[in-house]
Amino acid sequence: MSGQANIIEVKGLSKTFWKTVAVNQVSFAVRHGELFGFLGPNGAGKTTTVRMLTGVLEPTEGTATIQGHDIRSEALLSRAHLAVVPEEANVYLDLSLWQNIMLMAELHGMGRKQRTHNALELLESLGLADRKHQKARTLSKGLRQRLMLCAALVTEPEILFLDEPTSGLDVQSARLIRRIVQELNTKGLTVFLTTHNMEEAEKMCSRLAIINNGQISAIDSPRRLHSAMRCRQFVEVSFLSEPPPMSELQSLSGVSSLDSAGNTIRLYTEKPGRTAAEIALFAKSKPVEIEHLCTRKPSLEDVFLYFTGQNKKEPAQ
Amino acid sequence: MTAHIKNAQSWGYHAHGAFIILKKNILLYYLKPPVLIFGVLFPVFFFLAFKMGRPIAPENIVPGMVAMAVWFTASAVGPLVTPWERRAKTYERLIATPVSLQAILAGDVLSGLLFGACLSVIPVILGLILTDACIHNMVFLIMGIVLGAISFSSLGVLLAAPPASSPSNIMLLSNLVRLPLLFVSGIFLPIAEMPFWARWVAPASPLSYAGDLIRISFGHEAYFPLWLSPLMLVFFTAVLMWGAYKFHRRWRAKGL
Repeated sequence: MSGQANIIEVKGLSKTFWKTVAVNQVSFAVRHGELFGFLGPNGAGKTTTVRMLTGVLEPTEGTATIQGHDIRSEALLSRAHLAVVPEEANVYLDLSLWQNIMLMAELHGMGRKQRTHNALELLESLGLADRKHQKARTLSKGLRQRLMLCAALVTEPEILFLDEPTSGLDVQSARLIRRIVQELNTKGLTVFLTTHNMEEAEKMCSRLAIINNGQISAIDSPRRLHSAMRCRQFVEVSFLSEPPPMSELQSLSGVSSLDSAGNTIRLYTEKPGRTAAEIALFAKSKPVEIEHLCTRKPSLEDVFLYFTGQNKKEPAQ
Repeated sequence: MTAHIKNAQSWGYHAHGAFIILKKNILLYYLKPPVLIFGVLFPVFFFLAFKMGRPIAPENIVPGMVAMAVWFTASAVGPLVTPWERRAKTYERLIATPVSLQAILAGDVLSGLLFGACLSVIPVILGLILTDACIHNMVFLIMGIVLGAISFSSLGVLLAAPPASSPSNIMLLSNLVRLPLLFVSGIFLPIAEMPFWARWVAPASPLSYAGDLIRISFGHEAYFPLWLSPLMLVFFTAVLMWGAYKFHRRWRAKGL
């Protein structure tokens, strides 16, 4: 089983709530040991997909396997391989940290010796060892999230689903969680990361899927997604004086499109260096003075906005 | 870990899951002072309020008080566990673990059974010490308490099925079902002495059968045939648990 290439395989997965299609025929695969990012705007279907994969929701259509086990017909077996850390730390507030962790381990059928050993090790590495007998209610948001991670990892999962794990956390907790997740990933843990944080996704993930309106818009490594966006490289220019008419800038060679926000104009081109030189020449010939001129490669945020179709609605910042 | 899961269809596997849920429920919901106090005091005062000023010998009050204690304690927390967990979002985390829905529900029923059975010992002891009541048949008393508690607890788990995250809504529903049944089950007045229409309704309540068994154990006359009451309590348990499973599964599939 462990020899197979894909640990998660999703085929035509759909979920409809009454008449609303939340996820529409989604198909993708996650490889063993991969740190897979799942990006999408609010309401795109990220959480619904994760909830179907983790057995919380039943799909309306389609299927998925986790470590070769069908999420419908072998639900318990498929859930035995995974652990979930949701955005909102849903620990049992009236139980101590230790009781919370032990409960999760027991629900996964772990023996006493193994769960005790794992729990002590994890509490130590997540900086919670001194608080293990404290009630979870007394913890801050960041510490609760660490506890969630601890309770998830104690079960020795093969796949870890992280839903916005660092959202709203202090820098220290966010960094610690990222570091531990990356360390575990290098040791072979497959991570399915849902996030809004582009920087986090770009730094951590080996592959990314972008979901929009319940459908996968793009799926590839961050580097390849960037290169697919060559046409979205741009030159950013702002003028001290009144900017020239947009039609004149549009007519510069190589400019495919442009947009503006306030005094700043973005000219999209495949050859940003040449376009920047042309703008400089253009400014020299006109009564306009350049305040700022630079070339930029699209960030992951640009890639995301492009694939989710939001770049057309929102002006450049 | 996966070796343990391999036999996921076995009874042993589900029983293990149910035991963990039972442990969690007791730690989180049952061993709370308000729950314990409410479970004991509410039936006692409810019953005394009804009996006060009526010419009834104190020892005759005891079987009804025990039956009511089982009724209230076994079905008190069960309807609230799932809404509480839904609200705290811990339910979602629970169902993402490799524990079956059957095991979760069985754990919930077992916690109600344990709570109801343990707390009903208090009115039994009080009755024996403070009144002239005495137990004539221990087997019927145990049957009445245990079979009653398991069927009342199953009712509680069934009442938890509607997709409400607010416990007060479920509490309302729970009381709408439990309180009327209390009055038609021969607790305050023997079924034989109830109005004609109530005698027709009484057999539809599991409390009638549990109450009858407890009354017999204290030396009172049976209303139903002796063999019928245990059988009906088992039947009620099976139907209520089946209903609970169907409804919980239905709402869970919809993500509610």
